Formats: sequence, structure tokens, C-alpha cells
Amino acid sequence: MVRLEKRPSPSRFWTMATPVVAVALTMIAGGIMFALLGKNPVEAIRTIFWDPLFNEQFASYSRPQLLVKAGPLILIAVGLSLGFRAGIWNIGAEGQYIIGAICGAAVGLAFYPVEAWYVFPLMVIAGGLGGWAWAMIPAILRTRFATNEILVSLLLVYVAQAILASMALGALRNPEGGGFPGSRNLSQYPAAANPELIAGTGMHWGVVAAFIAVIAAYVLLHRHMLGFSIRLAGQAPRAARFAGVNPDRLVLLCMGLSGGLAGLAGLFEVAGPAGQISIDFGSGYGFTAIIVAFLGRLNPVGILLAGLLMALTYIGGELAQFMLGLPSAAIQAFQGMLLFFLLAVDLFSNYRLRFGKREAV
Amino acid sequence: MDLSAINPAVLVASLMMAAVPIILAAIGELVVEKSGVLNLGVEGMMIIGAVCGFVVAVKTGSPFVGFLGGAAGGAGLSLIFALLTQVLLANQVATGLALTLFGLGLSSLLGQGFNGIKPPATGKVPMGPLADIPGVGPVLFQHNLGVYLSIAVIAAVWWGLKYSRMGLILRAVGENHDAAHALGYKVVRIRIAAILFGGAMAGLGGAYISLVRVPQWTDGITAGAGWIALAIVVFASWRPWRVLIGAYLFGGITVLQLNLQVANVPIPVEYLSMAPYLITILVLVIMSSGRGRAAAAPAALGQNFHASR
Repeated sequence: MVRLEKRPSPSRFWTMATPVVAVALTMIAGGIMFALLGKNPVEAIRTIFWDPLFNEQFASYSRPQLLVKAGPLILIAVGLSLGFRAGIWNIGAEGQYIIGAICGAAVGLAFYPVEAWYVFPLMVIAGGLGGWAWAMIPAILRTRFATNEILVSLLLVYVAQAILASMALGALRNPEGGGFPGSRNLSQYPAAANPELIAGTGMHWGVVAAFIAVIAAYVLLHRHMLGFSIRLAGQAPRAARFAGVNPDRLVLLCMGLSGGLAGLAGLFEVAGPAGQISIDFGSGYGFTAIIVAFLGRLNPVGILLAGLLMALTYIGGELAQFMLGLPSAAIQAFQGMLLFFLLAVDLFSNYRLRFGKREAV
Repeated sequence: MDLSAINPAVLVASLMMAAVPIILAAIGELVVEKSGVLNLGVEGMMIIGAVCGFVVAVKTGSPFVGFLGGAAGGAGLSLIFALLTQVLLANQVATGLALTLFGLGLSSLLGQGFNGIKPPATGKVPMGPLADIPGVGPVLFQHNLGVYLSIAVIAAVWWGLKYSRMGLILRAVGENHDAAHALGYKVVRIRIAAILFGGAMAGLGGAYISLVRVPQWTDGITAGAGWIALAIVVFASWRPWRVLIGAYLFGGITVLQLNLQVANVPIPVEYLSMAPYLITILVLVIMSSGRGRAAAAPAALGQNFHASR
């Protein structure tokens, strides 16, 4: 008979090992899924995880894409992880991402066609503030009225999507676009563009911001009183209250930080890779970032690696779609599966398996 | 703008129909939460139910078998949740989110090739002369089975939780799992059964969307209905009949905004279509700011149970 015994403290080995085991198990289960779809599983896995980086034909295109996709994922996930650690569940990052992009783009478009150095910095500020403000709605509702922040932040995603559609069709529509939905292309407006900084790497300001966020979050969590409060509030809420941690302040702070970072991610995306506000601008980064945050064990460095891996599945998924005709939805299911396996394997971090009959107590 | 085109009787009849998926999903989630489990994967289970129900109905030609397929699909997905949270003791919030993300991906995978097909029609329940009563007839007696079923399910859950022994045990498990365990009840088994019931109801609700309400299959067809169902459970303060009120309120707003869109009210379509979500948030705020809210939620909600002895 197998039974579980709680470990006094989480196993360090398993905390590091679970993401690796989970990825391996997902590859196996994903392979089975691809086989059921009538594709060669080995070829599909290789196309997703190997070809984007090492295939001579595609790597030159897809390697830079790795940073382009990983940038927003890491930026959002770092913000989310702070809240998740403290038991504050902001799952509406997708909405904050969209609102950040709209606010930032609106500032940029308002200055069009002024060519000045201050346009882009102002857009960055507007993007961050937009995301922050959108996240403040669930945060304030929670602290003032004890409303569940999970539901409110998620419902606001649908509201943000409706606002996005109305902006793309109305206020922000390109006046010279011949009536088509979508704004002016910001990447063709030099003062507002977020270009590739080093040619051929995919590095843009959003990626730089993501790296800064990783370092800042690491320092915050491990070297700062606030980081200690966040960790304490998550692990022992009662103890945190006795230690003088103000839970309301923590909610406002964590939600605000994660919303601001998601807004920044949206701004960098709209000014760079996406280029314009369009109806289908929201591409699900805000939701995938939740997987990234957990896969990275809510640890900034882990999130950096997890973001790169998740970006790889996006690019590899597109490649597999193109090369093998694998449906794009298969990749989404594959990413969801990864989170399942991660949560399942996580058992070993907190519990020990014991075999045999239990001793009499 | 032509508001006279909106017929109140038709409005009420269609809001009852619009509320069915949310009632089914919410009443299932209510039972799950009463057992002390928070399953945030309702949206994922609903959309899997929607696609399974649709595919089965199209393949067999029978909407009834389709509904069974939808319920089975939802229950199947909830089994993953049950395994992860009850056996492998994973975090319930994270697992619920994973269920939704996975469900959205898997559903569009399963639904490939079914876009734009019409499912077999679900007929109205023949009510004979009752259906011809002016005013009352169209509102109460011209519905398909789902509308009556949803009300029957609420009544059954209300009775079951309040008066049956099973309901008492379920509530005990949800209020204090350690005490229930000490009395010899199988906490994990009871919770798994509740989760499966919740999954089947969410799947049924999803199938109702794809087979009756829309009726066709498109990706992301549930459009947040699962999240609204979760909000309605909070709105209802975990009481079955209040689920009906919440769902009819929500259904009414949805139907009204659709009617206003058709009537060319000078408000952009995008702003009308965000109204249901905004109203849901508003209602959540009103409900949760009231006194005694904390007492309404099951005490062990969201906590995992591990028998240490």
C-alpha cells in the first residue's frame, strides 16, 4: 500500500526537478496526442522543440522570434508570480495587457506625426499606468468590498476585449486606412516604434524590460523586506498579520505591479512586433503567462527559463502547423497539459511516498 | 431606433433560455463548493461539454444522446481535476485554471471540421393547450426540455442538500473535513463524486449552448459563461434558489442587450456586449460587501484534505 507523508519543508531537489519531469511527461503525453491526430509523434516533438533552434533552414528566422515571444511572457509572469506567492490571484493579465497597449498606443497616436525623443518614453509610462489602473479595479474592489479578485480580474478581460474592438473600429482607427479596422502602424512611426535593438536577435525594449523585471523581482524577493512580507503572507497568512504585514496594502501592491508589468508588455508588443491596435491584438499571452509563472516555480530565474521554453512551444507550434499541418489548437492543449503534469509532479516536493502498511500510532 | 419591436413576452421566454447553461453550470459548481472544493475550471468543462455534445449529436443525429455526450465530456475533464486535487493534493486554484486553459485548447482541437454545421434540432416540450394561453403560454409553456430540466435540477439540489442524509454529509465535509473524517466519512470519495457531478452539469450546460442556444460550433463559444456561473454561485451565497434569480438576472441583461443591438440603439455594439460582464461585477461587489458573507461560504472551501492519521 502506498501512502503520503508530508515533508516538514518542501524538498529542494524536487522543487528543481519537477519542471524537468513535467516537461518530459508532457512530451510523452503530447506525443500520444499527436499520434492520435495521425502525425508522427517523434517528428512532431522534434519540430516543436528542436527545429526552431537548430534546423539550418528555419533557425535563422525562428531564433530571434524566441526573444520576441518570451519577452511579454516573462514580463507578465514575473508580475503575476509576486501576487501568486502572496495568495493574490490576478488572472486577468490578458485584460491589463490589452488596456496597457491601448493607452500606450493612444499616446503615441496623439503625437503623430511629431518626431521627438520623448514620445516613446511617454508611451511606456502610459502603457504601464493603463495596465496598473485596470488591475486596480479588482484590487480596490477586493480591499474595499471583499470582492473575489479572481472573478473580477477575469471578467474584466472580456470588457477589455470589447474596448479593444471598439478602439480598433472607432477612436484609434487609422484615418488613412481606407475604412479597415485597426490603427496606424506604430512600428512605421519612428518616434513611437519599438524596433529590434540588435539586428537578428529579436531583442527589443520589451525584452530588456523583461530582464530588468527578473533581476528586480529577484532582489525584491530575496533581499528586501517587502519580498519577505509577500512570501510570509503566502505561506502563513496568520503569522504575517502578527508580523505587521498589512494585507490590503499587499493586495494593492501585488495587483498594481502585475498589472503595470502586463500593461508594459502590451505597450512594447503594440509598438513593436504587433505594430498596431487591431481587433485580434490580444493573443493569449496573459493566460499563457500563468503557466509560465507556475512552470518557473514562481521564482524569477525559473520564470526566465520557463518563458523561453514556452516561447519555444509557440514558435515550434507554428512551425509544426506549417510543416506537419498540426492544428494550432493542439499547441494550446499541449501547454495546458504541461501545467497539469507540473501540478501533479509537484506532489513530490511537499510529500514523501511511503510503501507498506502504516505503523500503529 | 425602434424599441417597440421588443416584445416583453418573447424577452422573458428568451431570457429563460439564455439562463439555462449558467443555471446548470452554477448549480453543479454550488454542489462542488458545498463539499469544500473550489473548481475554477467551469469554463473549461463547459466548453468541452459544448464540443462533445455537438460532435456526438451530429454523429448520432440525436440531440438527447448529444446532451449525454456533453455531460460525459464535462465529467471526464473534471476527473482530471479530481485526480490532481484530491489524490495528488495539487493547489485547487492553479488546477482549475489549468483545466480552463487545457479545455479551451482541446475543445477547438476536437471541434475541427464541425464549424458551420447545423446540429439536429431539439424540439419543444409539447404542452398541448397550455402553450396557446395568451401571454402566459409563450413565457412558460413553449420551451424545450432544458429550461424545465434546469429548474428541476435546482429543486432537486435544494431538496437534496437540505433534507437528505447525503446532503448533510456533503455539507459536513465542506464545513469541516477533519470532523467528517473523524466520523468515518470518506472525505476524498465524497468530494470526487461532487466534482464529477459538477463536471457533468457544466458539460450539460455547455452542450445546451452549442446545441440549442447558438446552435452551432465555433471556437470559444462559451465566451466566459463558466466564469459568470462561478460569480453567480457567490451571488447566490451558496443557496440553490438564488442561483435561479442570479441566472435570470444575467440572462435578462444578455437578452436585453442583444435586443437593443437589433433595435439600433445609438450605443456602440461593443459597449452593449460588455454590459453582462460589468453587471456581473457590480452584483458581485454588492453581494460581497454585505454583512454575513464570510459565514455563507463553506468553511473548508479551497482547502485540501490530507488524512495525517
